[in-house]
This record gives sequence, structure tokens and C-alpha cells, in this order.
Amino acid sequence: MSAGSASTTLDSARIGVVTFPGTLDDRDAARAVRLAGGEPVSLFHADGDLQGVDAVVLPGGFSYGDYLRAGAISRFAPAMDALVDAAKGGLPVLGICNGFQVLTEAHLLPGSMIKNDHLHFVCREQVLAVENAETAWTNAYTAGQHITIPLKNQDGQFVADERTLDELEGEGRVAFRYVGGNPNGSRRDIAGISNAAGNVVGLMPHPEHAVEAGFGPDSPAGQRAGTDGLGFFTSVLASLVHA
Amino acid sequence: MGRVVVEVMPKPEILDPQGKAVVGALPRLGFTQFSGVRQGKRFELEVDGEVTSEVLDAARQAAETLLSNPVIEDVVRVADASEESAGAVA
Repeated sequence: MSAGSASTTLDSARIGVVTFPGTLDDRDAARAVRLAGGEPVSLFHADGDLQGVDAVVLPGGFSYGDYLRAGAISRFAPAMDALVDAAKGGLPVLGICNGFQVLTEAHLLPGSMIKNDHLHFVCREQVLAVENAETAWTNAYTAGQHITIPLKNQDGQFVADERTLDELEGEGRVAFRYVGGNPNGSRRDIAGISNAAGNVVGLMPHPEHAVEAGFGPDSPAGQRAGTDGLGFFTSVLASLVHA
Repeated sequence: MGRVVVEVMPKPEILDPQGKAVVGALPRLGFTQFSGVRQGKRFELEVDGEVTSEVLDAARQAAETLLSNPVIEDVVRVADASEESAGAVA
């Protein structure tokens, strides 16, 4: 942001973070990008110009109050028109929670999210198994690795027809699965998925809330010491360097 | 002023958590006849003029693209509201 940092950010990757009306976690997503070593760029839903960013995060929240269906109205924002084209061209895109819902509504990822099977809002630290460590957003992890990041939603039950689920499994596109109990009734314990190319990833839990010791989930290293979410953001930076 | 009614329901194979909660509450009020509830949505789209076939076509398109998500929902009805009032309000 300041002129003094211009020399260091000049060659660092620029990661866009889109703000929709009702987005809550855009600041945390931008902070996660910064802590990982990238330069966050604020993008606005009404602006169809992606400002030449190298990757985009669609953050969590309740865009348009979840009216109609979660993510349904945001999906038609001018920024999304540009994003759908760019994602099809290989731009790395991460959808977190409401951002994941927007990606399914935009048909960049299959399936959809409906209300949690128990109808309650869930807010807890959630263990996930990283199933695919080869996507643009997961290459810092190893396949099978367990990570702990916060989960907080009411419409988090991932659903898709059996054929789509089989396809996702067969192509290794289940990126994350819930471990230690299914918190919302998601089909086959699926917490996150990717597109076929691996540049678009969506998940319900929140990696951006587990990126700095002192402000993350509890971990063996200490209370609130968990930083398991940081790998999402270092992954994309690494994938851009190697692109 | 005309009005088009669009009705959207969760797909039969999709579990409807809200309907399930409602069917669970009905017996507590003494309504023991109902074994299942599915909860859908009804939209009323207003137009300044008459409900023409073009208006209905546009409503069908809106229903498929924005008002419903084909992954989880079916559009079960798109109709001119003036044609339903006679029979429906029994």
C-alpha cells in the first residue's frame, strides 16, 4: 500500500480479493495473501476489470444476505463475468464458503450447497484431509495431510448427483474431506473440490482464518497457534512462480 | 398490470432439511396426518402491461437462469397469475 513497499511488491504476485455487498471475510483474505508473501488487490463486484491480477480469492460472508440462494445473485456481478472467462483461461481462483457457493452458482464448480442437515449454524475448528495436493491452491500440502481450520456456515451441505460425485472422485477432484465426523451432511464428507484443470478450488471451511500464530485454531504448538490455512496462499504463489 | 407466478421446488432426490424440520413440528400441533413436507419457493413477477407469451417466455428463462439452480431445484410452474385465481382460491 505505501510507496516504500513498491520495490518489494513489484515482482510479487498480485492476488485479487472480490468484495460483494455482504462479504465479511475480504479483509482476512487480503491479510492471508499478505502474510503468505503476495500483494492483495481489492476488487469490487460492480467492476468488470480484474486489474490484471494473477489470481483471485472469492471470500466468505453473506453476499446479498444469502437471498434467493447463497451466492445466486453475486454470480451475476460484472466482476464475475470477467472472472468466469479468466478462470476458464487458467486463472487460479479460490472460493471460500460463500465464495465456494458463488463458484457453484457460476458453474465453475459442480454441485451446490444446501442448508446443513441439522439446520443449525456451525462454528468450530474443523479437521480436513487434503485429498488432492496438486491444485494451484493445495500444492504446499501433501496428499492425506490433516489440517485444522475454522468452519462457520449454515448452508454448507455439499450436494451433487451420484454421477457427478463419482466423476469428482474418479478424477481426483475431491480436494478436501471432513475428518472426525461430517459437520453438515455433505455428500461423501466432501469439504472442497476443484475443477478438472486444478486452477479453480472451492471449500466451505476458512483457511484465511488460520494464517497467523496467536489468531488461529488451537494446535499442538499452543493455543490459537494454528496456521494450517497459510498453505493455500503459499500454494498459489508457488504455482504462479512455476507457471 | 399483469403478474407471472413462478414456482420452484427442491429436486425430489435432494433432501430438503427445511421440509424435514416442518414435518417434525406438525405432530406437536396435533397434525398427525402428514408424513412428509417439502418446502419450495413462489415468485410473483410483475409487468406493466399484459402477460403476453413473450412475457411468459422471458419468465421461463429467468426461472431457469436466476430463480432456480438446476443442480438442486426444478421449476415446476410458470403461469399467468390471472389464470390461476379463479380455481386456486377455493
